[in-house]
Amino acid sequence: MSQLALGTPGLRNRSALRRRRAKSAVLIGVLIAAVVVAVGVLAWVLIYVAIQGAGALNLGFLTQTPPGNPAVAGGGFYNGIIGSLIIVGIATLIAIPLGVGAAIYLVEYGRGRLSATVRFFNDVLIGIPTIVTGAFIYAIWVTRFGFSGFAGSLALAIVMMPLVTRTTEEMLRLVPHELREGSLALGATRSQTVMRVCIPTALPGIITGAMLAVARAMGETAPILLTALGNDLFTEYNPAKRMSTLSLQIFDNAVTGFQEGQGRAWAGALTLIAIVLIFTLIARFFGRRVRTSNA
Amino acid sequence: MTVEIESLLTHERSFWRRRRNVQGALTLLVGTSFLAACGSSSTPATSAPSATPTPVCTGTTANPGYTNGLPTVAGQATTLSGAGSTFVAPMMSVWTKAYATANSVQVAYQSVGSGAGIAQLQAETVDFGDSDAYMKDSDIALAKGGPVVQIPLVQAPVVVVYNLPGIASGLKFDGDTLGKIFSGGITTWDDPAIKALNPGITLPSTPIAVAHRSDGSGTTAIFTDFLTQTSPAWVTALGGSTTSVGKTVAWPVGIGGKGNDGVSAVVSQTAGGIGYVELDYAIAQHQTYADVKNKAGVFVEPCQQTAAAATVGITSYPSDLRVDIVNQSSNPQAYPITGLTWALVYQNQTKAATAAALVNFFSWVLTKGQDLTGSVNYTPLGPTLQALCIAQLKKITVNGTPVSP
Amino acid sequence: MPPPADVGGGIAASAVRVPPLLFKRDRPRIADRIFGAGVSMMGAIVLVVIAAMIVFLVLEGLPAMQHYGFFSFVTSSRWTPSTAFPNVTHPNPYGILQFIYGTMLTSIIGMIIAVPLAVGAALVITEIAPQRIKGPLSALVDLLAAVPSVVYGFWGIFALIPAIKPVVDFLTTTLGTVPVIGIAFQGPFFGVSYFSAALVLAIMVLPIIAAVCREVFRSTPRNEKEAALALGATKWEMIRIAVLPRARSGIVGASLLGLGRALGETIAVTMVIGNAVLHINSSIFSQGATMSSVIANEFTEATEPFHLSALFVVGFWLLIVALVVNVLARLVARRGVAL
Repeated sequence: MSQLALGTPGLRNRSALRRRRAKSAVLIGVLIAAVVVAVGVLAWVLIYVAIQGAGALNLGFLTQTPPGNPAVAGGGFYNGIIGSLIIVGIATLIAIPLGVGAAIYLVEYGRGRLSATVRFFNDVLIGIPTIVTGAFIYAIWVTRFGFSGFAGSLALAIVMMPLVTRTTEEMLRLVPHELREGSLALGATRSQTVMRVCIPTALPGIITGAMLAVARAMGETAPILLTALGNDLFTEYNPAKRMSTLSLQIFDNAVTGFQEGQGRAWAGALTLIAIVLIFTLIARFFGRRVRTSNA
Repeated sequence: MTVEIESLLTHERSFWRRRRNVQGALTLLVGTSFLAACGSSSTPATSAPSATPTPVCTGTTANPGYTNGLPTVAGQATTLSGAGSTFVAPMMSVWTKAYATANSVQVAYQSVGSGAGIAQLQAETVDFGDSDAYMKDSDIALAKGGPVVQIPLVQAPVVVVYNLPGIASGLKFDGDTLGKIFSGGITTWDDPAIKALNPGITLPSTPIAVAHRSDGSGTTAIFTDFLTQTSPAWVTALGGSTTSVGKTVAWPVGIGGKGNDGVSAVVSQTAGGIGYVELDYAIAQHQTYADVKNKAGVFVEPCQQTAAAATVGITSYPSDLRVDIVNQSSNPQAYPITGLTWALVYQNQTKAATAAALVNFFSWVLTKGQDLTGSVNYTPLGPTLQALCIAQLKKITVNGTPVSP
Repeated sequence: MPPPADVGGGIAASAVRVPPLLFKRDRPRIADRIFGAGVSMMGAIVLVVIAAMIVFLVLEGLPAMQHYGFFSFVTSSRWTPSTAFPNVTHPNPYGILQFIYGTMLTSIIGMIIAVPLAVGAALVITEIAPQRIKGPLSALVDLLAAVPSVVYGFWGIFALIPAIKPVVDFLTTTLGTVPVIGIAFQGPFFGVSYFSAALVLAIMVLPIIAAVCREVFRSTPRNEKEAALALGATKWEMIRIAVLPRARSGIVGASLLGLGRALGETIAVTMVIGNAVLHINSSIFSQGATMSSVIANEFTEATEPFHLSALFVVGFWLLIVALVVNVLARLVARRGVAL
């Protein structure tokens, strides 16, 4: 503040004013360039994937498995898409109840140091490298039961759960106190209040959080590499066996030199981005409506 | 589908071979069936070491048409899971897809590298493994399920691919020069050593980008076996002959790629790149690859016929079929960097359905499967070896009793 | 939240001395206790999982640590699994210094690129952009975080690397010839390299840093900004005087969060870094490896003696580094804004 006290506007400082304004314009321009770069890179990635993938993406891609000879065109990633749906589906069934339960604990039941610690480490868990999560599940599950889609689901559940907890906690805090107090005044126990009043009120927001977690899980490759291992050519519906996911299939095909395999990988990348973006955009759109209606 | 692939690839091959002289097709058919049928005699050398290599690489080898498969064992499982070598992956993909159509048994093979294949067999997380480097006694000792039967399935050459715009296939290398390149001794393409081997060709001064395997690889084992035998510079750079060969070596230079596909991708994407991959990867991706000097001193082009010539002259094999065929043959048409790939199966199976499925599948691979090798540029096993492989299958037992007596 | 008034139980207990379980109206109370215990356990799962990760990684890494000695891993930078023999304990063929170097180098260069861009983007979104486009603009920047890692790696190989090749080739011929520091910029540039990985990481962490910075800048008190403007500050001066000084710890916290994410990124890095695991390569334009990329590449096929165990040791160190950075990030950012 004191830096400005000396700058008094007046006829003699008009050139100084012009210099300051010019400097401001230039630096604001630099900042705008930063955002243009960020958005520009996003556009570059999306457009590049769309162009590369559009050629190979067709109904056959979504319904067929890859051809036996990798150098042949055609075929698709049906096994990866099914694998993704099954593995992420099971992970969601594990992560959502656990994540919502933990959020209920943090908002309604927790008090003091323990709940603060839980909240703190929940945020830390979000930042754990997913390859380490995969190695952990390998150590406790795969060494005993072998590679399987279910092991992949366990790893993804660890990735998803803290995200669900964080967003559910935010949503539960937005539930007006009056609703809680009214329920308790009518004689409901705390658990009944939570399950019959708070959760239904926060439900749209909870679903938003769950969708964001699902979008994140669909894009994960590293933990799947170490737990479900992959199944290149055949569709596997049994999660007790090895399965592939769309992300893993893209990875395997992207690093090959076969042009046709790479073409399939681009189509897969386009499919994966489309799925993830749709989930993310719906979730955000949904979430914003929830926030404005509850605020 | 197989016929279409065969004709497509035949056209591909002749397109890339158009600079070579083409002999009469009949002479070739006679010549190749001579090579395949008559084991022990070797044709006299028809060219001096530095002259144009003998043009045997046109046309396809005849299908061997083996009929000595084992009778189908009843009660087989409908799925099998295997993992291992990327060297055999294109062939295995063709086999598993054809087998699924013919027999409704799904064999899910994960192409993760020979090292991973052995590791998973040891941990019993797959029904069978596949590796281009056979399991040593120390590997078998770590295998949870006991003794392992190792069955060669097919033969194929490891080719040296390179990415030099404007330069066609057929650059000549010998083992020592390759050893120096891959250990970082030679760093640019216009090095005098390379020029000396290729007098008529203008080489650019591009730096050499070495590509090698980042994963545990039987292909690496085959290639480093050749380098260890032919390049003292390679052995010195890698610290002695125990550490200069194997599924993993301490590569002094280069870019790591995952699987045969990864290495071929790195070479395709990097100007000045050089790497080692199985032949089908190079052909399917239209890459240029080199002629390599063999034991007889001839620069040989890698192809089905020259890979078959690599085992001409071998009349006896060890009883467990753990044989090294790299750079062993003095046949002038033999391509020296030729390797086998072994299926790895536990001898003492515990589940009857899995055991039956395994025996049926590999019996099929060793008979009808050998006829499909031409479509992906692999070489069928010779009759002596093939018969020994069928005999190995009979060793597989379930709870004490042989599956196929 | 204040505990609910204990209406029903209090009256019942004072009137008749009967064990509570016998009253039907107390059943919801028991259900409540069970429910409370249940969600408390679910809350504790987070702590259990983190503790279990540390424990099991140590357990799996123990054989290698016992054989070669705990500190020999971080004092050696040669990774040569092919020279590992069961009865040889020295030297340690599984030195991980080059992976730590690779992780740090790519993450730090990534941060150097990402932090200014992210802070700039956040400033534009909060201070400069007109009201109507604030929402869509921030959604677009957030969308960068939604793109899966494997897609970034794929795009990195085929779109980014060819685009930067001319620039890097120029840098190797100019910066690479400067004495002393030139060693870090030498060619030849084959595309895959520490630098390419750092660029991809920068794009991946940018949205996280920008999102946190947005919250930080949004919490600047309005009257301070208005006071600056009222005294005649230009827009930039207002930002420099009123917004940035308060946001310092928040920006540091955001950067640490981004660093935490960059350290753990695996798949995109594996695809563009070149996977050279033998030793540290001095030029940023040469190939390398990171802790996470070596685990991803070698894990499923580690058949040499102590190889898999050594990879768990790498995983253990990666977990420790990630935990430390994430904990620091949360602590620092907390001081800047209530997150």
